[in-house]
Amino acid sequence: MPPIVVVGAGQAGLQVVDSLRRGGYTDALTLIGDETWLPYQRPPLSKKFLLEEMDPARLYFRPAAHFSKQDVTLRLGVSVTRLNRTTCELTLSDGSTVHYDRLALATGTRVRTLPVPGADDPRVCYLRGLDDAVRVKARLVETSRVVIVGAGFIGLEIAAVARALGKEVTVIEAQGRVMPRVVAPLVSAYFQRVHESHGVRVMTDAQVQAVVNSGAGLAVRLRDATEIPAELIIVGIGVVPNTELAAAAGIICDSGIVVDEFARTNDPAIVAAGDCTRHRNTLFAEPHRLESVQNAVDQAKVAAASLLDVPVAYAQVPWFWSDQYDVKLQMTGISTGYDELVLRGVPESGAFSVFYYAGERLLAVDSINRPVDHMVARRWLLAGTKIAKHSAADVAVDLKSVI
Amino acid sequence: MPKITYIDLDGAAHTCEVANGLSVMEGAVANGVPGILAICGGSCACSTCHAYVDSAWLARVGAAADIEDATLDLANERRPESRLTCQIQMRPELDGLIVHVAKND
Repeated sequence: MPPIVVVGAGQAGLQVVDSLRRGGYTDALTLIGDETWLPYQRPPLSKKFLLEEMDPARLYFRPAAHFSKQDVTLRLGVSVTRLNRTTCELTLSDGSTVHYDRLALATGTRVRTLPVPGADDPRVCYLRGLDDAVRVKARLVETSRVVIVGAGFIGLEIAAVARALGKEVTVIEAQGRVMPRVVAPLVSAYFQRVHESHGVRVMTDAQVQAVVNSGAGLAVRLRDATEIPAELIIVGIGVVPNTELAAAAGIICDSGIVVDEFARTNDPAIVAAGDCTRHRNTLFAEPHRLESVQNAVDQAKVAAASLLDVPVAYAQVPWFWSDQYDVKLQMTGISTGYDELVLRGVPESGAFSVFYYAGERLLAVDSINRPVDHMVARRWLLAGTKIAKHSAADVAVDLKSVI
Repeated sequence: MPKITYIDLDGAAHTCEVANGLSVMEGAVANGVPGILAICGGSCACSTCHAYVDSAWLARVGAAADIEDATLDLANERRPESRLTCQIQMRPELDGLIVHVAKND
């Protein structure tokens, strides 16, 4: 069935390639990525990489020699401009074409841009890729006042780094609380307090109307006409899945490339994995699109298995983490549809977990500096273990003993 | 430069130079040591850089902190000498360190 081509050299694309080789596929294999870097680790970009002196090469997943040893053809710094499913051919941005017999799409996401006047100023930055991180890092050095638009994971992680670097930091969030999309209000409230205690000014319910560049300098103007002076503006207001290539080729997309539990698209020769997919996971009734390392890696393994004709259904518990200051937030499961929260530990102590229930069924757990709760919850959610609310709430109950 | 010897799952030894300050995981990744996956990028979140510290080195390497200890519970075949290599920083007294790569898939 050669050749297999993987589009997208992020964590999912790399994992597809690795899993194919581990799975015994020895024929032609090409990995195409639009960045010039070797496949690299993305999580440190908003954390350690910004904070410390660090050579970008330290983020590479594998040395260059690994790919030649594995006989993987790397095509880096080129994007795929067209997918022709009739001829099984990809057209690349350098004009060349690549034939595939089977194809994996791991095209990832791109940042949502700030749709206001003035946002094209070069001092308005985003953070998605390594190039972005290099740029933000260089700009941070020459900046004392940073405004962050969006209090999601990326925005808050950058806020923590910027404070550690001694910058004056304001975070502007359009909704009523930080991390509104994914965590319960009490978790949001906790993180807002953490940031404020570190000297961050957090503004919620604040809509950005424009980026203005007056004689007095750069500023973010809010809808209520307040102007917040900035030397650097970093925007983290979410991402958009890169579905255009697939959609233009007639692959079904719905805010993500639609795949089944085997990571298969509606074209039997094409699988997709990672942030770009709206996918089935047999642990859930509804399809999801997830932006996470866990999903990139686990779904890529599923995609590779399908390419090797040894299909394995995707049945993994989602997990995610965020590091802000010395606070580690670990999340597992999907809390959508919860009707009750059970608190374990007290937020004031700096270590607590929130259990999300629908009726008696545990849906998800967020743990703040309580890693054991997180690890145990991942096992429970995978096994479908019932955990009584009174046990979850009682810190005297050893959760490891509840199997 | 200090050296670390990684013994992979097939028993092959990979002796690599790893600068002080890098993690034992980073040394493995930079040198293409098979089996150290490190999918979370060294954030102590995933357990896929799990290795067994050679018994002669255990005392010098030291014990895992709480968060690492909890994360190790997810690792395959945890043993008393289990560590997440992203949490061990290379330093002069670890020159010559030997670690055995665990099953990380």
